[in-house]
Amino acid sequence: MTATDVHRTIEAVWKIESARLIAGLARRVRDVGLAEDLAQEALVAAFEQWPRTGIPDNPAAWLMTTAKRRAIDMFRRNRRVEEKHGELARDAEELQERAVAELDAAMDDDIGDDLLRLVFTACHPVLKQDAQVALTLRMLGGLTTDEIARAYLVPEATVAQRIVRAKRTLTKEQVPFEVPKGKELRARLTAVLEVIYLIFNEGYSATAGDDWMRPALCEDALRLGRVVAELMPQEPEVHGLAALMEIQASRLRARTSASGEPILLLDQRRALWDRLLIQRGLAALDRVEKLGGADGVYALQAAIAACHARALEAEETDWAQIAGLYARLFEVMPSPVVELNRAVALSMAFGPEMGLVVVDALVREGTLANYHLLPTVRGDLLVKLGRDDEARMEFERAASLTRNAREQELLIKRAQKCSASKN
Amino acid sequence: MRFLCVYKPSKPEGTPPSETEMMEMGKLISDMTNEGVLLATEGCLPSALGARVRKSGDDFKVTDGPFTEAKEVVGGFALIEVRSKQEAIEQTRRFLKVAGDGECEIRQICEVPSMQLA
Repeated sequence: MTATDVHRTIEAVWKIESARLIAGLARRVRDVGLAEDLAQEALVAAFEQWPRTGIPDNPAAWLMTTAKRRAIDMFRRNRRVEEKHGELARDAEELQERAVAELDAAMDDDIGDDLLRLVFTACHPVLKQDAQVALTLRMLGGLTTDEIARAYLVPEATVAQRIVRAKRTLTKEQVPFEVPKGKELRARLTAVLEVIYLIFNEGYSATAGDDWMRPALCEDALRLGRVVAELMPQEPEVHGLAALMEIQASRLRARTSASGEPILLLDQRRALWDRLLIQRGLAALDRVEKLGGADGVYALQAAIAACHARALEAEETDWAQIAGLYARLFEVMPSPVVELNRAVALSMAFGPEMGLVVVDALVREGTLANYHLLPTVRGDLLVKLGRDDEARMEFERAASLTRNAREQELLIKRAQKCSASKN
Repeated sequence: MRFLCVYKPSKPEGTPPSETEMMEMGKLISDMTNEGVLLATEGCLPSALGARVRKSGDDFKVTDGPFTEAKEVVGGFALIEVRSKQEAIEQTRRFLKVAGDGECEIRQICEVPSMQLA
């Protein structure tokens, strides 16, 4: 193996193992920030040693042992936490005695719990949401600050700062490394799912920049969602989110043209939809229903996505059912965006006039005044009603409201089409 | 990005896996599924039950199994979702450690250009 190959291998091993490594360490040192630093040091050690010694037979165990030794060294140097020192020293002696396979098994025992604790700690409410996102991607997704920065189009220094501050906050606020119980679990789980979905959405329709999607972020979120779903198999909303993301991700390939332009749902070539992901999504939705969670926020959205997924041709879409699902969604999540979507479904099921009534009510209500999809949808309905002049103004307005370059282009084109058809 | 991993064991066909091997493989499959990496995997029945279908010009030639050349016999496949080819290789290493001697062919699944942006 050349040095470059070894480096690539180390990076791959790190991506695969870092979350478990950090989670396992965090349980022992009771400090997520410190655990991450220790894991990083083990990574550096791997970069130093593996090119000479070759890839160890069990890279995960090697990293864990190394990180623990660093922990002991550090505690010795600092003489900060004497009792922890004793515990870790004993731990390390035992480690050296045990066979690697046995060590691996021992690490595996708690690893699920550790990971879950890590998820909940990274998404702790003492952190701002952008910090939660950065920390989740970093510690659970194994992304580097540079990768996170690229995905979110912010300078790397900003992300690095965000992560450093987040870790400091967790330590300062003495956030316990644990999964909350009872009522608090529900509240915190909501935050966890929100963060994962936020990451997915940033990948699915980038809020800014030149690309309409950043699929790697979708993949990361999808993977995180799958992990959490298996860590908490009894929580219906977790499967609801997994189902939603699987089904939405199934359309990724169909959502852009070869030149990168967005293709709207109804114009997509459904043959490009990923049947495997749809299947996985429908299976997850099945689990939600078996657990009695069909009325959850994510489950309902997944059910809507499933309606689309089940229609092999756009014309086969059961719009009446979708409109009904949006109405139920509005009950659990009263949001004007949901109402806007219901308007679209209504117009598809019962005609554009029907949708326009709901849309106009939203315009009057005013909360979506700066949301580009409101004029986009209104423009759509007006085109269908043959009111091209008004439609053009709506598309122009929508174009001025979006920060996504690809979307803007599309909207300007639609506005131009409206004036063209008039002449 | 996705990879198709096709496993060609070097031991002769029909060697049944031991209890331990089956348990270890079961654990690996569940681990990889829980990690969100493994999308699908199946093992193949003996090649005696399979066939090869070849087209040449207007001719179709069907050859029934078993296939004699051990290294050509597909033992099973896995479809995995990872972030890089290197990760696919590492996952395969993990698999081969449990599956035993043989080789895995790793092929990246074709996805539209937009999927390769990041």
